[in-house]
Amino acid sequence: MNTPLPLSDVPLGEPVNLSRRRFLASTAVGALVIGFGLPMGSARVQAATTNAAERGTQVPAFLEIRPDGSVRLLSPFMEGGQGTHTAMAQIVGEELDADPATFVVEAAPPGEAYVVMENGMRITGGSMSVRMSYPTMRRLGALARAMLLQAAAQQLGVPLTELTTQPGRVVHAASGRSLGYGELAGRALDMPVPDPASITLRDPSQFRWIGKPVKRLDAYDKSTGKALYTIDLKVDDMLHAAVQHAPRLGMTVGSLRNQAQVQAMKGVHSVHTLTGAVAVVAERWWHAKRAVEAIQVDWLEAAADSTLRAMPADFSTDKHRDFLAAQQGPARDDENEGDVAGALKNAKTRVEATYHNQYLNHAQLEPPSALARFNPDGSLEVWLPNQAPDMFRADIAKRTGLDPANITLHSPLLGGFFGRHFLYESANPYPQAIALAKAVGRPVKLIWSREEEFLRDVLRPLAVVKFRAALDDKGLPVAIEAVSATEGPTEALAGKQGDKIDPTAIEGLSGKSYAIPNKRIAQIYVKGPAMLGYWRSVGNSLNDFFYEAFLDELADKGGHDPYELRLHLLRDNPRLTTLLKAAAELSGGWKRGPYTAEDGSRRARGVAMASPFGSHAAVVAEVSIEHGQVKVHHIWEAIDPGSIVNPAIVQAQVAGAVALGLSQTLLEEAVYVDGKPRARNYDLYPILPPSRMAQVHVKIIESGEKMGGIGEPPLPAVAPAVANAVAQLTGQRIRSLPLSRYTFS
Amino acid sequence: MELRINQKAYQVEADADTPLLWVIRDDLGMTGTKYGCGLAQCGACSVLVDGNVVRACVTPVAAVAGREITTIEAIEADDVGKRVVAAWVEHQVAQCGYCQSGQVMAATALLKHTPAPTPAQIDAAMVNLCRCGTYNAIHTAMDDLAKQERAL
Repeated sequence: MNTPLPLSDVPLGEPVNLSRRRFLASTAVGALVIGFGLPMGSARVQAATTNAAERGTQVPAFLEIRPDGSVRLLSPFMEGGQGTHTAMAQIVGEELDADPATFVVEAAPPGEAYVVMENGMRITGGSMSVRMSYPTMRRLGALARAMLLQAAAQQLGVPLTELTTQPGRVVHAASGRSLGYGELAGRALDMPVPDPASITLRDPSQFRWIGKPVKRLDAYDKSTGKALYTIDLKVDDMLHAAVQHAPRLGMTVGSLRNQAQVQAMKGVHSVHTLTGAVAVVAERWWHAKRAVEAIQVDWLEAAADSTLRAMPADFSTDKHRDFLAAQQGPARDDENEGDVAGALKNAKTRVEATYHNQYLNHAQLEPPSALARFNPDGSLEVWLPNQAPDMFRADIAKRTGLDPANITLHSPLLGGFFGRHFLYESANPYPQAIALAKAVGRPVKLIWSREEEFLRDVLRPLAVVKFRAALDDKGLPVAIEAVSATEGPTEALAGKQGDKIDPTAIEGLSGKSYAIPNKRIAQIYVKGPAMLGYWRSVGNSLNDFFYEAFLDELADKGGHDPYELRLHLLRDNPRLTTLLKAAAELSGGWKRGPYTAEDGSRRARGVAMASPFGSHAAVVAEVSIEHGQVKVHHIWEAIDPGSIVNPAIVQAQVAGAVALGLSQTLLEEAVYVDGKPRARNYDLYPILPPSRMAQVHVKIIESGEKMGGIGEPPLPAVAPAVANAVAQLTGQRIRSLPLSRYTFS
Repeated sequence: MELRINQKAYQVEADADTPLLWVIRDDLGMTGTKYGCGLAQCGACSVLVDGNVVRACVTPVAAVAGREITTIEAIEADDVGKRVVAAWVEHQVAQCGYCQSGQVMAATALLKHTPAPTPAQIDAAMVNLCRCGTYNAIHTAMDDLAKQERAL
């Protein structure tokens, strides 16, 4: 009888000290620095020693096969709703020959072993998890299967070549004997990992799980309240903490006028002054929250040498938008082809328009929290939501002076993220939780109230884009120029403009596939007072709206139907032509309207496209006006991510991305007045409610091209499709979002 | 005071105005009921009190002493709740899952009062927020549950 690996049964997400566990002993835990979100200009630091051939080959670091044959997989990627844990089980299970339903998947700790992406990074973002790790994770499963086969050959005393597998078992057909994976696991994971080059992957035509609508592994736990998020965790002797942040970022604590009274409030353990915040630690979070909100703080203006982006007292979003609109340059070109100036000068018809969007909050439903515990041996454990564990651990090491090897970082399920849980200075609670745990000598779980979250969340950027275009005598566009006054999230995190244009500022204006011979896409970099971050589909979330809505203006000015114009401009692009036609077909054939629907409402349709994160999407939207507000009845979306792993999850991701796209189109807007956010909760920051949701119809096209992303790509074409439909219905051009700022009759 | 939760009696020491949510989560350690906003805006904290859905984040604990409280932890002990969970799994509703405890509670409350709701009744009752945008899937699951009831 083999000894199973000593990993005990631990429920998903429950706090345990992973560092004691044997399977991690084989994991190289060197310090790792990755490039995402680092200052522009500093070259993307490659993942130290892990080259492509070695990536994802440390099988025991990833897999534990339990005596009952179930498989525990440590995923390099976080699960925050996008289904990546299930996808990883499908991919690894396919090659391991184990049913994904037998998998338990958790987020792996930091460490070089888990750097599996083809770009040498490990983050959960940019819709990269599956597409950037697919071959590596397949190979991982195949390597593990080879180890099980070797172990079985030893145990059964038969040649390796006589063995084969069926799901969860090694089979020796000649003798009729077989061994379950669980019976082999102890021996197998002690086998040397085979040469990756010796591995043959399964023929895709034989896939049982990849490409199939395998059920999500977390569906039941998430339907019964059993799934644990950081906010739910508890360790022995733990205290709870709440904070009150400075009203504007960068301000510091002067004095606490009523510290003694607050200290005496019920349940209060202690009152603390932190950088830009005060905190109360208590036995109950409710007591901590009530007490911390009662503190009367004299806040000091940010010091001149503050390293934070200090929010000025006179900042207002509307004023900042006007400021952006007034910028004349200098601009840097991202794309410049042909002779835009000449084409504009000689044009039969010129079209000009200025567009803008709005700041947005992430508004993920789980408020940020962090749990920190110093262990008797001086090591630190932190449970926290994150999209990049190695970056977070490196940051914690920097802040605490601890060796990264003495920091254990746990990454529980994320209650939504949408870009919220990257490393944002001043926007994450873990530095405070660590400081408080150190101060009180007990574990501390800090939860930011929804109000504190709205105060410190980083914003999706704002841009003002000036377009100019030239039409020829047939009314077809021959030149387009877009100059965006904006700051991208990556350059905002860096605090300065990089040597090259920040792609996250301009993507979606750049990278369009329409055959317009003369084009110029440029950015005027304008550093703003608000701290910015990544928001689902990042630059595309605004820029595809601008471009695709302006393209409809060109169609109208030139007397062309916007769908036909797009087909014309894509005439040499079979992939996008097929995609656009698929969206139209899905909607029952392109029909722009306005027309009267069966229920008597007047409706119209709009079309738009986007090509973000390696995938391509085309959307048709149908709208009407109801009580002066835009009602979106249907969204038909065709998406081509090249190839896919789980069609059901892709469908769900499209529906979810459409919801977020509708939310930013119809009603979301982060407004600052006098340096403060107007909204501190969902009452004044409405997010899409069920009543504003559209019926979503999805067509997945697997063109067989390189695999693209799926979490973000369905989002960007939603806003322009809706805006174009509204313009057609009402005759009113939509050059800004959200639509709640417009009046429709 | 004594609370009856999931057909068990609990003695809790809490101020009368403490929201039920925090008593359930912190005092009693049942974390399936979620904190989302604290303002009765999102519905992540939905529980049943005497079979009616309430938002625990704004419900003072003293107001529900002696009443029958049901949380997500006991949802499958209820026949209707069990069917709702099965439909949620069948239709793969959850994405991040954070709001789904509240969605399942709201769905259960509706079906207990109105076993075969019309689409309009579903719309009127299922108003909890979901940032992942699972609204279509929720509606499909509810339609399916209503159809099952009509078929009986």
